[in-house]
Amino acid sequence: MTPEAAKQDKHTFVLNMGPQHPSTHGVMRVILEMDGEHILEPEPVLGYGHRIQEKMGEARPWPGFMPNTSRMDYLSAMIYNHGYVSLIERMTGIEVPRRAEFIRVITDELNRIQSHLLWLGAFLLDLGAFTPIMYTFDDREQILDILEDVTGSRLTYCYHRVGGVARDIDEKFVERTRAFIARLRSRFKPIYYDLVTSNIIFIKRVKDVVSFTPELARRYGLTGPPLRSTGISYDIRKNEPYSIYPEFDFEVPVGTKGDCLEVYNIRVAEMEQSLRIIEQALDRLPEGPFRNKIPRKVKLPQGDATFSVETARGELTYYLVSDGSDVPYRLKIRVPSFSNLSVLQELCRNMLLSDLVMSLGTLDLVIPEIDR
Amino acid sequence: MDISILPPELIRIVISAVIIIAFVFLNAMVLGYAERKLAGYIMRRPGPMEVGPQGILQLMIDGVKLIGKQLIVPKESGHALFRIAPLLAFIPVGLAFVVIPFSDKLQARDLDVGLVFMLAIMSVNVVAVLVAGWSSNNKYSLFGAIRSVAQNVAYEIPMLLSLLSVVLMANTLSLKGIVLAQHPVWYVVCQPLAFIIYFVAGLAETNRAPFDLPEAESELTAGFHTEYSGMSFSLFILAEYTNMFFVCSIAVVLFLGGWSGIPLPFYAYSGGIWFLLKVYALLFVMIWVRWTYPRVRFDQLLNFCWKYLIPFSLVNLMLTAILVKLWPVVF
Amino acid sequence: MNEYFSDLFSGAKSLLVGLSVTIREMFKPVVTVQYPREKLEITPNFRGHTELVKDPETGTHKCISCMMCQKECPSDCIRVKGEKREGVKGLALVSYSLDFTKCSLCGTCVEVCPTAALEYSQEYELAGYSSDEFRFDLLKRLEER
Repeated sequence: MTPEAAKQDKHTFVLNMGPQHPSTHGVMRVILEMDGEHILEPEPVLGYGHRIQEKMGEARPWPGFMPNTSRMDYLSAMIYNHGYVSLIERMTGIEVPRRAEFIRVITDELNRIQSHLLWLGAFLLDLGAFTPIMYTFDDREQILDILEDVTGSRLTYCYHRVGGVARDIDEKFVERTRAFIARLRSRFKPIYYDLVTSNIIFIKRVKDVVSFTPELARRYGLTGPPLRSTGISYDIRKNEPYSIYPEFDFEVPVGTKGDCLEVYNIRVAEMEQSLRIIEQALDRLPEGPFRNKIPRKVKLPQGDATFSVETARGELTYYLVSDGSDVPYRLKIRVPSFSNLSVLQELCRNMLLSDLVMSLGTLDLVIPEIDR
Repeated sequence: MDISILPPELIRIVISAVIIIAFVFLNAMVLGYAERKLAGYIMRRPGPMEVGPQGILQLMIDGVKLIGKQLIVPKESGHALFRIAPLLAFIPVGLAFVVIPFSDKLQARDLDVGLVFMLAIMSVNVVAVLVAGWSSNNKYSLFGAIRSVAQNVAYEIPMLLSLLSVVLMANTLSLKGIVLAQHPVWYVVCQPLAFIIYFVAGLAETNRAPFDLPEAESELTAGFHTEYSGMSFSLFILAEYTNMFFVCSIAVVLFLGGWSGIPLPFYAYSGGIWFLLKVYALLFVMIWVRWTYPRVRFDQLLNFCWKYLIPFSLVNLMLTAILVKLWPVVF
Repeated sequence: MNEYFSDLFSGAKSLLVGLSVTIREMFKPVVTVQYPREKLEITPNFRGHTELVKDPETGTHKCISCMMCQKECPSDCIRVKGEKREGVKGLALVSYSLDFTKCSLCGTCVEVCPTAALEYSQEYELAGYSSDEFRFDLLKRLEER
């Protein structure tokens, strides 16, 4: 039966998925118009965790917004920090010491790997495999330990500062990070490839299920791994380089078909690329100050500026308009998950319920980032 | 009261009923503990550790908790059916024990059609799941129930076909007869394909991962038992574990030589040790499989049944039939 | 037809490989810690709530009641009260209240403090029955230490 006919026939019913559901990964709700197990119309409902983050940014001097940046996408907290401090640096022209830039890149990439590892586990959980999430958490905890040692916290770091970073890294950090790189590399094949990637049930579940197309991606502003799976090589670190990313040798993995298997492969390949970046950065880590002294009260010059960074989920853009005081006049944050979620309605029409759960997992949504 | 005035048959029935119920609970406790502990070790964590040494009493405490909990009956549900469903799932599990040959002497009744009896009893479970899902008046529960019915009906076919090839060789439907027929070679050696097909179908029949679609947590929250709580929930779990035990004991009886093994003293009774060892070894595999694979999708589940299991079991049955006809002496 | 069989064999192989991974992991040692009985050492850099630093020379705090932390706090969770006293340079600290229910642990107060009078506590096991338990008076806590 075609969807239209089914609707007219009144054989359809509404299924409410969320706000409390194991696989919406947070308080998101999807209203599903269904015909049997087929979804005719998925409609995401947002806003259960709205916290007026942008308004908070406009209501206090700019340094006061720093802790908030980690609390939108808690899995890319470091990269969100990085974007915000870079935006302020771009507006005010504050210089950053070279060592600090290296530290920022290293911590960013560790943060990205951590986010992808969590995604890998949670995605498999959506597919009904319980064990991989424990293995990924085992690896992820190593990163959190390393980052906790230097930043003082495990999730909402608030570590990057305008003009540098909050605390210098030491030999111990370098050693532990190197050990982690070796450890994770040694686990890709015997654990993740053998247990997950090569598994026939997994491949059959994710292969050829959804199709992200370049056209769809352009219409909805899709970014991150789902965009790259369509064959478009768009990564802010390459296309609009920031910090010292141009100095490193790394690839942007892209796909061709745009199905969930490719998105999965891209994320795994990205972890390997991130390891490469970290390795190069550790090799070339320069000596010197980690933070420049900046004046106590820095006013933002009149005008506007944007700054984009590549988070684990896609493109994050801060846009700030200043009226010349130290309180931003307008702060707009373009988050990747929001645009990535918006494709859901078109992507998951006439799909099985199990595939919708899988597609939601593929998009790697962080709900507080969407609601902010 | 002098019990000798009661008919001895009645006393026997009461005693065996008590033993069976006790065994059902014990089995569920052992399996529940083993499942949690093994899942823990597979995930590199210790599993339950707090209640008793190595958390061995955890399942007992869980049972006490479940008994103590309030039975919540949703307002809009079909009250009578909602209450009946867990009982419907639980009652048949006692019946199937009647024909299981634990050892040469440890068998309540050796029915001529023991295998058919057991399979028939086991399929009552589907009705219970359907009633539970339907009467809950919850869309997720209904999904679970519908999935369960479709899945069980489909997988019953390859299961029966694979068992049929063994029956052809043993030339009997009595479980004891089949065990005795496996001398000197177990049927798993001459019927490996049937064994694999039976085991896979058995996983699907008991709704175990990777075929746990009726209770697919990430899709249907908890599937058919979403609305159940307390003891009625645990009756479903008891039934599930006992059904696992049945599936594995049929596999042991038909393919792994039942109680046969290295002879022990009082072999007519102590053969039960071998039987239980084999059954729990198979149950270990079931648990191991559950904590390894992702869940299949519904159409894939049915495709796999129709495209792979049924054709292979049919070919296997045909070959067996031909071979048995050609060389009746060998078999 | 070829695909039918190759799917079957490669699929079966991948499933067996998967089983071998989990059984191998099963015999490896446990990596988790039984939390309330065993505790991991936490890093000295851990950022808990703030505490006043005890100056080993004077045996008391180093706060000069300059209100920098109170002004800079983005969450507005610090209240510093100082008063003029004989023989004390600047203001003497009367009370330093930290409303930990609002604190976002950003560490701005520690960074702006001109006399380095604040430090992070190592406490991470914070649980209580009411929010009042988390409105700390750091001066009192210092005296109790």
